[in-house]
Amino acid sequence: MAILEKHKILEKNATLLLIFSFLVVTIGGIVQITPLFYLENTIEKVEGVRPYTPLELTGRDIYVREGCYTCHSQMIRPMRDEVERYGHYSLAAESMYDHPFQWGSKRTGPDLARVGGRYSDEWHIDHLRDPRSVVPESIMPSYGFLLNRVIGPEHIAERLRTDRTVGVPYDQAMLQNAVADFRTQADAFGDLAALQSRYPGAQVRNFDRQPQLTEMDALIAYLQVLGTMVDFSTFEPDPNR
Amino acid sequence: MSDETKKPVDGHASPANPDNQIGLRRQAADAEHAAKIAGDIPPRPAPDQPIAPSHRRKGRHGVGLKETPSTGHDWDGITEYDNPMPRWWLWTFYVTIVWALGYVVAYPAIPLVSQATQGLLGTNSRTEVAAEIDRFDQANAPVKAALVEADLDRIPSDPQLMSYATNAGGALYRTWCAQCHGAGAAGGPGYPNLLDDSWLWGGSLEDIHLTLRHGIRDPLDAETRYSEMPRFGADGLLERPQILAVAEHVRSLSGLPHDAARAAEGAAVYADNCSACHMDDGSGDRNQGAPALNDQIWLYGSEPSTLVRIISEGPYGVMPAWSARLSEADIRSLAVYVHGLGGGE
Repeated sequence: MAILEKHKILEKNATLLLIFSFLVVTIGGIVQITPLFYLENTIEKVEGVRPYTPLELTGRDIYVREGCYTCHSQMIRPMRDEVERYGHYSLAAESMYDHPFQWGSKRTGPDLARVGGRYSDEWHIDHLRDPRSVVPESIMPSYGFLLNRVIGPEHIAERLRTDRTVGVPYDQAMLQNAVADFRTQADAFGDLAALQSRYPGAQVRNFDRQPQLTEMDALIAYLQVLGTMVDFSTFEPDPNR
Repeated sequence: MSDETKKPVDGHASPANPDNQIGLRRQAADAEHAAKIAGDIPPRPAPDQPIAPSHRRKGRHGVGLKETPSTGHDWDGITEYDNPMPRWWLWTFYVTIVWALGYVVAYPAIPLVSQATQGLLGTNSRTEVAAEIDRFDQANAPVKAALVEADLDRIPSDPQLMSYATNAGGALYRTWCAQCHGAGAAGGPGYPNLLDDSWLWGGSLEDIHLTLRHGIRDPLDAETRYSEMPRFGADGLLERPQILAVAEHVRSLSGLPHDAARAAEGAAVYADNCSACHMDDGSGDRNQGAPALNDQIWLYGSEPSTLVRIISEGPYGVMPAWSARLSEADIRSLAVYVHGLGGGE
């Protein structure tokens, strides 16, 4: 066939082969990725999903830093066994402010998409300090050092601004009050109302039960908000997705 | 050559002996190669001009012989067959193409303006999982409804409800409760043992049911069970010697070895600060979740150092409320299961 004869030209010229391979991959990529940006049903609109508070975002950075995603996924698939074990299947909107998302691809430990509120703060402290003390069969490493690492809000405004450049809707008030919000969330005597007006449903308490603000506070604040933003008693899933 | 019958009778040094032919041929090939390098023999044709096909292979069913064309590639005298691809392979390839076409029609595939094509089969993972869950809910619906309607105290006397509730409750326990209370429900420091008959907030079905529904000190549940022991040391309510003394007194309440002089000193501190919740004799108060201190069952431990830490920093055990995650039938099943573990009242 004539076209196969012409194809021979590509097969015998490394540079041409490279260029045309790249073209083919590009077309494949465009076909698969571009529709996600304009299709109306990629991310359904869901009430309740808000950007992370400064402390939660810091905790999320610690989660990423410690590589939690290598063993824990944050993606409950629409299957009966997963829904029965972890809760309602994950919605795209629930990770739309995650950069990068933490869906993960492997579960050595359980899924964490809805771990928020499932355990007490004390349990998280005990479990992160010594996983075997509460779950004897666990193979998770210990993260007790988080209790000793004091953190401050020096760079939190810049951190929020960075997320804003990639599309997280932090407004001016959130950026201006980032430092105050960071401290307030772990301080029972802070300006709770202002924080919760900016971040509805933000939980405020001393997460690590220590006087100083540590990485443990931030990580537990993040874990306790996971999967709690959408109220599934009122949410009606659109079956057409 | 290895065939014994073909072996000639010549002496072993004879060139006619097939065993000797190998060496002779190698010598001939070496000579030819040397001549080629020296330029005595013209080079072979360029690779792109196919040399005359000289390879033969058996046709199908061994009938006749068929020429196998050469690709024309030649490396140092080794040429490459241009055999066709195996038919089974080729046909599998064609079938996958046809399959793909059918798949695109049957399942969601091609992105259009507002959404992708939905496919003729109308499959949708959300409706599928909803149907799957519904199927099991339907199967259990009668017994679950009966469970919700029944009087809590009557459930243990109904064999059918009891059978369902203990099995379902066991599965739910292993999913939601074992992480804190342990797989065997024996608890751990700070997480109550559910096998014994010592209860913080009451061990009747009614009490367990309420605890499960609303949790203990759950910040997200308005009706949660709540009490808070003061942080006597951290908040400066008691001096360090007073705390050490009251710890000795607490040990004396349950007959543990203690320093009698200090315990006597601590008795006054206890009466002023602790007895309102833990009672004078240390029997505790379930209305406030105050544990009994006069038995051998300890939530955090009975070591003097543990007691001093708890008195100083205040315990603050939290149990999540489950009414938002589990259905009423599930919570009732769990209550029955926990009630039946050994200590139910």
